[in-house]
Amino acid sequence: MFKRVAPSRFFVHVTLMAYAVLALFPILLVLVNSFKRRDAIFDSPLALPTAETFSLVGYVKVLEQANVLNYFSNSLIVTVVSLFFILLFGAMAAWALSEYRFPGNRWLALFFAFGIMVPIRLGTVSILKIMVAADLVNTLTALILVYIAQGLPLAVMILSEFMAQVPKELKDAARCDGISEYSIFYHVILPLIRPALATVAVFTMVPIWNDLWFPLILAPSDQTATITLGVQQFVGQYSTDWNGVMSSLTLAMVPVIILYALFSRQLIRGITAGAVK
Amino acid sequence: MKKKFPWHALVFVAPALLIYAVLSAFPLIGTLYTGLFTQSDAGVYSFVGLQNYQTILMDPQWSHTFWNAMYNNLKFFGFHMLVQNPIALLLAALLSLPNVRFSATYRTVFFLPTLLSVVIVGFTWQLILSPRWGVAEGFMNMLGIGQYFAPWLGLEETVLPTLSLMSNWQYVGIPMMLIYASMISIPDDIIEAALVEGASPWRIFWQIRLPLILPTLGLTTILTFVGNFNAFDLIYAVKGAVAGPNYSSDILGTLFYRTFFGFQSQVANPTMGAAVATLMFLVILMGVGVYFVVIQRRLQRYSL
Repeated sequence: MFKRVAPSRFFVHVTLMAYAVLALFPILLVLVNSFKRRDAIFDSPLALPTAETFSLVGYVKVLEQANVLNYFSNSLIVTVVSLFFILLFGAMAAWALSEYRFPGNRWLALFFAFGIMVPIRLGTVSILKIMVAADLVNTLTALILVYIAQGLPLAVMILSEFMAQVPKELKDAARCDGISEYSIFYHVILPLIRPALATVAVFTMVPIWNDLWFPLILAPSDQTATITLGVQQFVGQYSTDWNGVMSSLTLAMVPVIILYALFSRQLIRGITAGAVK
Repeated sequence: MKKKFPWHALVFVAPALLIYAVLSAFPLIGTLYTGLFTQSDAGVYSFVGLQNYQTILMDPQWSHTFWNAMYNNLKFFGFHMLVQNPIALLLAALLSLPNVRFSATYRTVFFLPTLLSVVIVGFTWQLILSPRWGVAEGFMNMLGIGQYFAPWLGLEETVLPTLSLMSNWQYVGIPMMLIYASMISIPDDIIEAALVEGASPWRIFWQIRLPLILPTLGLTTILTFVGNFNAFDLIYAVKGAVAGPNYSSDILGTLFYRTFFGFQSQVANPTMGAAVATLMFLVILMGVGVYFVVIQRRLQRYSL
């Protein structure tokens, strides 16, 4: 029946394949060349490393010279801590907004929704002022606070959708047993929405890990730089050192690719769940 | 019986509300407010009303830079609408056909660049397009069009289109996923009915599938708009804050950064920076407003 809907299979696969090559080629090119000697990078950029051209000199240089491991741990701390609070506070707020009727409920929901459309970056002038006043410039705390504020609107929206689907009987049964609202949230709701939390987590994680703007403005010092800022800086510095450039780009890419390999299903579900509404 | 005020609701919503209000909503209002002031060399703020805006929009030197950035930003958006979103539509349409083998793998691959940091994407393409390394030139030689190769990122006429294409390459995954999701949610029986009537695949695409996903196309348009008018990282990573050559890749984000922080000969000016941010906010707000009032309302009747 459906056969006739499809244009020729050949066209479909050639197009998809061609785009897949286009999407992967730049990534693979950097990855492959990061394992080659300098002369091989220039002489045969498209060749795979052989026993003769294989070299880790770029990695050695990058890991020795720059503060790469420190940058990595900064990124990791910022991302994990922000995520934890986005999920916790986001879930709490989503529960309050979807479960209880109180004056201003809808206004609050709208207030949060506003943040989905308007980028927090536009408030940078005041954010910096606040951070200076609170003496938080060049601390990871500043970044974490800003990222929590940035991640909350979307988390609240997605989690509210899921909370609304929790069957009423479940909550009523718990209430009849005299369980407090707080432990209903903690023992009944949170475990139930675990898949949704995973979705929001992956979804929020990527922009935080990749952000350049706020690290550049709030925490540019060498001690607090994140990996994205670090790569930005040392690729600029070592622009003539091609081994260093290739390896640092690869080092910055790999964690995200691994993460994606592990969580791509949640991520895709997150986008599609938000979209079909 | 009057219901008790649910205090626990307040407890639940308080932490999120506090952080979001203090670090997102308040700074936004604060920025709008700061734009109405000017700062003396001694750091004293004084109220000047709309004078900063007058300077940005009227003063010959400022207005030239601002309108240049605005125009470039519009072109940047135009490229995303003309290149990124049609490609996304094509890929989504192909992926959502029944029984396409490896469709999950393709989706994963197409989405991969989106996850990389803009910094990585910028540098990677910079290397590929670099005349020194010659990967791009080598390819063009192979195809026999080597004489058309040029250092695109270094030329005034080509730098913005090139940067836009880099951004298209990276972000095509998001509209693709959104469109894909809405295409697979079209009920099969609608398409089957059309088939029974003898409609061709082309007609089914243009007259059934496309009209039904118009709301999603509206959504991708507004997301693209907000993203583009908020863009900064890619241009900063590739061309630096001066967005060269000769400001030909300057967009509102880089202008905001330069105004706020200063760069080389330009002195940092937080109040002027706030004014630029406010103008960016107004542009984005206008886009979102148009989307909600005009597009979304008009498209509602198409949705299932």
